[in-house]
Amino acid sequence: MSAVVVNHVSKVFNEGRTNQVDALVDIELAVEPGEFVSLIGPSGCGKSTLLRLVADLIHPTSGDVLVNGKSAAQARADQDYGMAFQQSGLFEWRTVERNIELPLELKGWDKAKRRARAEEMLALVKLTEFGRHMPWQLSGGMQQRVAIARAFAAHPRLLLMDEPFGALDEMTREHMQSELLQICEATGTTVVFVTHSIPEAVYLSDRVVVMSPRPGRIVDVIDVGLGDDRTDDTREDDRFFASITEVREALRGIEQAEILGGVEDR
Amino acid sequence: MLFVIALALVACVWEMYKAIGPAEGGSILGLPLPKTTDRAMPHTWDMVRRLGEPENRGGSDPIWISVAGYAWYTFRLALLGLVMGAVVGIGLAVLMARFSFAERGLLPWVIMSQTVPLIALAPQVVSWSGKVDIFGWEIPRWFAVCILAAFLSFFPIVVGTLRGLKSAPPAAVELMHSYAASWWETLVKLRFPAALPHMVPALKLGATLSVIGVIVSEISTGISGGIGRAVLSYGQAATGDPTKVYAAVFGAAALGLVLFGLVVSFDVFVMRNRPHEEAGNS
Repeated sequence: MSAVVVNHVSKVFNEGRTNQVDALVDIELAVEPGEFVSLIGPSGCGKSTLLRLVADLIHPTSGDVLVNGKSAAQARADQDYGMAFQQSGLFEWRTVERNIELPLELKGWDKAKRRARAEEMLALVKLTEFGRHMPWQLSGGMQQRVAIARAFAAHPRLLLMDEPFGALDEMTREHMQSELLQICEATGTTVVFVTHSIPEAVYLSDRVVVMSPRPGRIVDVIDVGLGDDRTDDTREDDRFFASITEVREALRGIEQAEILGGVEDR
Repeated sequence: MLFVIALALVACVWEMYKAIGPAEGGSILGLPLPKTTDRAMPHTWDMVRRLGEPENRGGSDPIWISVAGYAWYTFRLALLGLVMGAVVGIGLAVLMARFSFAERGLLPWVIMSQTVPLIALAPQVVSWSGKVDIFGWEIPRWFAVCILAAFLSFFPIVVGTLRGLKSAPPAAVELMHSYAASWWETLVKLRFPAALPHMVPALKLGATLSVIGVIVSEISTGISGGIGRAVLSYGQAATGDPTKVYAAVFGAAALGLVLFGLVVSFDVFVMRNRPHEEAGNS
């Protein structure tokens, strides 16, 4: 059973009005359990929209989305997935550990069980001694790690991430990417990851889904043959650069089509 | 410290005008100038000295003790009024945040309620006592005063809380949505804590309005026991004892400050773990 199935999904915003936008047209995508899939494309290509459809935060205009074999709505109700955004979105009035406990509270876990899991998660993101800190006392990278710990807290089998490292500096970013891969490896989590960084997509993913705007659609799916054992050395591997080139060329194809399309419009 | 300096400055301005202003009043460019006789504008030091003298000739305790008693009475009414105003105000704000039709339907009334002059309303509400009873409980006159105080103080609390409840970042609301959290859970765990920085200034406004509400109601209905009545009766003695009324005025100011201080300590307590730059500017 696939972790995520997106079946002929289209999404139209402001349907029937003058500002109607075809955000996504006839999207077909299946993500297998344990797979890491990145969505990449220029802004306006609908990659975040696609992620939010899988999360059931918005609903498709046509087609359907299955998560762990259930409807997306049922999967959300069952908290089958964890989410992380570009902004850490931590609650500033809660300590770090109580932020991590938030999804567990909503699942109705008792306090002792929550606390134990929060400690486990803090160890996972290497912030053990910061449980009692307030989020605003932490650096941006540490806050993002807390957000990831929160997303993992309920041990979801699926993680949906929308540019989680987008606001971080390059060094922190690469470090966080390696940590994320380790955690996913250890927990067997499936990840759908939105980014606009080509090296990030290639380093993290088993497959990179290249999307194009107006209307949002999938133009290419690139298999990244880097294997499961990725380290910092991977970033200097020839295969890494080869995949980057492949993704870049797929994206460049979109750009050229865009320019030509723009000329035709006039 | 700044407060003491400000107080001294006000006293200086008072004394300066008293020294240079015309004794029997007058007018400049059509604006009337107040008289500066000792009866119209007593010296500030006479006001302070009056605090130590007995309330009535032949009395033994200094007047500030009586004033403190009146102020305590009024303080309790104002505090209850503020609490009632907060309960009603927060309740209405939650209702309006939940149902947009409630906001559209109620907000005009909430705003309109504040255009009704309190002096017109006070005798009406006070006249309920003895006439209206709620489940066998007759409204005492002091409770009518609390209702009026609540009527004034609930307004900033509704507006502030409503704004606060809506201030939760969309991403956080979406996060709660992704956890399939109910509206109530989102309210308790997200919207309410997010609203606190907006609610605290509203409560501060509400506290001062509650004090004003109680005093004005006391004055306009003549209810005894509180500082409002003291202002009234001391004021009537102004011909022979012009500094007496200021004892009551000081008492009213002090009780307003105490209630305000109570809200400030609540602020400090609930915001103790928030980022300081945010806690500081409220």
